[in-house]
Amino acid sequence: MPYQIIVCASIVPDPLQTLEPVAGTIPSLKNEMMLPSVLDPWAAHALYEAANLAKQNAGGKVYLVSVAPKAKLQQVMMTVGQKVPFELVAIDGPASGFTDAEETARALAEAIQAIPGLDKSKLLLFGGWESASRGAGATMQIVGELLGITDQFQGVDKITVNSDGSFEVMERVEGGRHQVSLCAGAPAVLGWATGHLGEPRNDPSVGMANMRAIMPALQRAKTAKVGAEGLIYSKVELPRQQRDTRVVKDTSADDIAREIVAWIGQE
Amino acid sequence: MSDTEQQQIDRATMEVDIACVGFGPAMGGFLTTLARKVINEDGTPALESASMPGMPLQVICYERADDVGFGVSGVVTRARGIRATFPDLDPSQIPMATSVTSEKVLYLLDPIGASRRSAALRLADKLVRSFKWALKFELDAVELPYTPAFLNKHDGLVLTIGQFNQWVGSQLLASGSVQIWPSMPVKEALIEDDGVTGVRLVDQGVDKQGRPDAAFMAGMDIKAALTVIGDGPVGAVGRQLDEHFGMPPGHHQRDWAVGTKFVIDLPEGVGLEPGMVFHTFGYPEPEIFGFFYVHPSGEREGRVASVGIFVPSWFDNPVRTSYRYLQHFIMHPYIWRYVQGGTLRSWGAKSLQESGKRGEPFLAGNGYARIGEGSGSTNVLTGSGVDEAWTTGTQLAEAVLELLKAGKPFTRENLDTAYVERRRQSWVEKEGKIAEHARDGFQRGIISGLLGMGLAGMTKGAVAVHAEPLPPHARLRTPEEFFAGKLSAEEIAKIRRTCAEKNLSLHDVLMDRCGWPAIPFDGQLLITHQDALLVGGKVQAPGGYADHVVFIKPELCSKCGARTCIEICSGQAITPGEGVPNFDREKCVYCGACLWNCSQTVDGEHGNIAFRAGAGGLHSAQN
Repeated sequence: MPYQIIVCASIVPDPLQTLEPVAGTIPSLKNEMMLPSVLDPWAAHALYEAANLAKQNAGGKVYLVSVAPKAKLQQVMMTVGQKVPFELVAIDGPASGFTDAEETARALAEAIQAIPGLDKSKLLLFGGWESASRGAGATMQIVGELLGITDQFQGVDKITVNSDGSFEVMERVEGGRHQVSLCAGAPAVLGWATGHLGEPRNDPSVGMANMRAIMPALQRAKTAKVGAEGLIYSKVELPRQQRDTRVVKDTSADDIAREIVAWIGQE
Repeated sequence: MSDTEQQQIDRATMEVDIACVGFGPAMGGFLTTLARKVINEDGTPALESASMPGMPLQVICYERADDVGFGVSGVVTRARGIRATFPDLDPSQIPMATSVTSEKVLYLLDPIGASRRSAALRLADKLVRSFKWALKFELDAVELPYTPAFLNKHDGLVLTIGQFNQWVGSQLLASGSVQIWPSMPVKEALIEDDGVTGVRLVDQGVDKQGRPDAAFMAGMDIKAALTVIGDGPVGAVGRQLDEHFGMPPGHHQRDWAVGTKFVIDLPEGVGLEPGMVFHTFGYPEPEIFGFFYVHPSGEREGRVASVGIFVPSWFDNPVRTSYRYLQHFIMHPYIWRYVQGGTLRSWGAKSLQESGKRGEPFLAGNGYARIGEGSGSTNVLTGSGVDEAWTTGTQLAEAVLELLKAGKPFTRENLDTAYVERRRQSWVEKEGKIAEHARDGFQRGIISGLLGMGLAGMTKGAVAVHAEPLPPHARLRTPEEFFAGKLSAEEIAKIRRTCAEKNLSLHDVLMDRCGWPAIPFDGQLLITHQDALLVGGKVQAPGGYADHVVFIKPELCSKCGARTCIEICSGQAITPGEGVPNFDREKCVYCGACLWNCSQTVDGEHGNIAFRAGAGGLHSAQN
């Protein structure tokens, strides 16, 4: 089946950098435009899974639909663009932790519906089931609903396509286990966990091929208001961090777990 | 992998017009100048690609680091070249940049008594303390009555190179005229018939020794009519060309330093004026110069500072290190009053090529040109490199535009005429010549070195203390020789045995024994070296790449007494091993200090360490 796999993925500040929230009408990060960014990690896994699926199913195509500041998105594309082939659909808008899931979902759905030649019978909508900076837990679901896609899976680690067009999906559940579902066929929404593929190697030829479409896509990007205007943020702060390291060699996993639970329970 | 095995690999090829190696200030200058002329205002190509007819000139830059902003440099610069490119430059557009507001030079005395000072210097210190009432003396430091003209950056800028490169890179990418691909290290130049025809990218999916592993991907060959090399002082491609084409007669690269810096969030209650600059010398060792620059930082106005030191190759301590000396430097009372209670925000280290004009390679050849620090542009008298590097980049871009418009090929003759000659007529060359012998005096000692710098500066290079630098390996002594008089040979032998058993480097124990106090770790500013990698440098190493630090002749390592490479390693990536030291690329910050800190030599000039191309390294954009 030549799937049309649409990956919704935005950018987040590189989590290794020093992130300092700045209060304002809409909170932001200090020097956000100068912070290196990466593709939201779970969505990045979704992209690599999408590319792998497209490769296995002749005629498949991958689209990357992203709401993000254009300038930052372009920089991230220089890294992501080297990984796998895709066609970028860019929407110029904020990608901070202070966006609204419903507004973002509407902008994404609108952009997806405008993709020329879109065939919902072949459509798989991929994204991350979590986010490094937003994590509303609702965006992919709303996009799916707006597109009329009611078969939705979250915490996906694997998809296996059968010869009859049906596919098996493994979703994470409690206890480190997976729930296995059989879906009759596209369309479907898959919010990915980490999947099972390693990060693809950097391939300059893929990068150059992607670049030809990336620049025009960025130039065409329409602006979307997804920043939850009108809200008042009374306080913004980084999560409090507490670090306590103890190196052990002969302690059992159960004992380590007990100690961690006790530590979490401390004031 | 052997050369034969390499040749047997099937490699994909791609063609571009201009392939660029490395993204730093020099390449920033080159690409910014070029990008402005590649596409017309209506979007049509102003310069058409020969490799992809119908498309604009295809200019592709390959950078090793994971992002364009992951460089390190303590930057105070007069920014003449940068301002010429950006006439309306407003420093507030660039995070952590500001104009210089005050500048001073400080001689730091030793408050502890552990540093190695000559009799003359000890006498000078005594005189300073005796007459401190007549001097600008404060907290074991003396402020010089004026900043020498050659050091003066009064009309300049304080920057961090990470943020500056980010700023430049984002503008370049937004232009759409050039492409910059991070995480894409270049292994080597492709050399055919006395010319460069492009570059080969590093193989991926290989083991530590470079042998193909699962998911092997051979590095692609990128063919180009012009290859621009701006990969810095320790870049693999630049050094490959030096080895292949040789250096101009009498030129060599023997003078080096490793610069290391902290970016510190100063504590509450410490408010310094952004743009405040001071240069230091005298402590923690007389040979070690230091700096302190104050950055603007929004609501933390005046409370972010870059603080760092330079450990030079003519500091003959065989167990020289940079990290611990940096910690002692910030604990000098004059500086400590500003930083005590602060938080380490970022950390980094890099090698500086301090041979200046004498280290200049052939600047151009058939199909290639060199720019930036690797081309000998750093001025070692003014202590300035970023602006000089930027300017060499703009000079090459102007030359390239001239040649393209005239339809002339990128031959040695054409590049000599258009680029090299342009550079020779510029202030970079003029001031580089003044600086040429400015530092020679340090080959004889600190006082002759300082005198030499002063003389060269005041006479514009007409008078200097001349001395021919020795290759680094020829200067290094054994620990027994260096510490003679302070520690006995038996004591050092015992220390060696203990450290070998515990797999530790020597410098901490030796410094402790020489009277350096233990660092009072506070987990916030004074942190262990390994914590600095994680917290400050955020060092990363993507999998699937070979080790890029290789000990060429293992038998030479077995007879090495000093193991200076272990001591100087900025990331503690090199550790004692069985005979040959171990290398852990996950800790390497690509400073390249190991390259010039080897007591052995393979050819009389170069050490026993090959510093090849690799991916990853420092992962902070604030250095």
